[in-house]
Amino acid sequence: MSVIEVTKANFESEVLKNDIPVLADFNAGWCGPCQAMKPMLDELAAGNPGYKIVSIDIDEEDELADEYDVTSIPCLVVFKGGEEVNRNVGLIPRDAIAALVEG
Amino acid sequence: MYDIIIVGAGPAGMTAAIYARRAAKTVLVLEAVTFGGQILNTPDIENYPVEAHISGFEFSNKVYEQAKGLGAEFVFEKAVEIVDEGGIKTVVTPKNRYQAKAVILATGSENRKLGLEGEDRLVGRGVSYCATCDGNFYRNKTVAVVGGGNTALEDALYLSDLAQKVYLIHRRDSFRGDDTNAARLKEKANVEIIYNANVTGLIAEKRLKAIEVTDKLDGSTRQIELNGLFIAVGRVPENQNFASLVQLDDAGYAASGEDCHTRTPGLFVAGDNRAKALRQLVTATADGAMAATEAVKYVNEAH
Repeated sequence: MSVIEVTKANFESEVLKNDIPVLADFNAGWCGPCQAMKPMLDELAAGNPGYKIVSIDIDEEDELADEYDVTSIPCLVVFKGGEEVNRNVGLIPRDAIAALVEG
Repeated sequence: MYDIIIVGAGPAGMTAAIYARRAAKTVLVLEAVTFGGQILNTPDIENYPVEAHISGFEFSNKVYEQAKGLGAEFVFEKAVEIVDEGGIKTVVTPKNRYQAKAVILATGSENRKLGLEGEDRLVGRGVSYCATCDGNFYRNKTVAVVGGGNTALEDALYLSDLAQKVYLIHRRDSFRGDDTNAARLKEKANVEIIYNANVTGLIAEKRLKAIEVTDKLDGSTRQIELNGLFIAVGRVPENQNFASLVQLDDAGYAASGEDCHTRTPGLFVAGDNRAKALRQLVTATADGAMAATEAVKYVNEAH
């Protein structure tokens, strides 16, 4: 599995309507810590975890960022059954990213 | 057992790894998060020799590849303790124990917090420590910057081009930062400077909505409604775990000279966590070179 690009158009189907947890990475191309985190997210996704990882470019999707009160990136938000259950702002190591979803 | 363990994979630590590997020493770099450090937050580096423009991310990648290419090992675990048994030092992480003949502390620093209730919860919901990272979220909004040093002045200037209104809140009656920046700020129509005041409260629902500001002279308080608060009150060096082995100054920086020695033989310090007059990329890499050279000398002489 790889990280899926998500926009407002497919946010509901890809993120909210899901049986498995979704880890949403709010990021931007100009954000260094976001770029530093990407390889870790790719690696986690490649390991076929029991959850889905999606990427949201906040420059393109400012409405989504606003709707979910994202005012600082990188911001990871975990959704379960369409509801936010966990969140982290800032760069964290790979194990801590996995722990956000796996608890 | 390694010849040299380097704690921290920022510019100082990774440069130390390059120098130590070129001296044919075995090198382990331990890093708590990922390689890069604070420079990752800089979108455009314009003052490091050779490249007129390079992002902090690209810079970090290049230095990492350089150090890896020379044979430095990287492990992503946080060093929480160093046990000094004279000739051998053990670096302890939550998962493992690693041994080396010499250790270089290149741990850097972290943002100083105001220590207000709700501050941690509101990071990313209106509270920020990085104007260049998060300024874009506040286009045509109202923000405040708290602090009085160069970073606070630069943040306020940067935000004044994005936000509708910028308050700059400073606990003193004048700025210790750069005079040019202070003068430029005073000319900005959308910047209001509040002197002799502290931010004493955060008012929030889901997001930050307002701050409480207390006048230091008469003790009066008032609320300012805003969308974002940028905290620029300095940084805290990450030396706490190693204070038993390293002399620290009043601000918590390792009180080492340019030779990067500490009071513990075989333990060296490099980068932003060392006491020094200028904390820049170029002085961090310079420290890395110096600390590695001294560590190599120590390993050669003592073993």
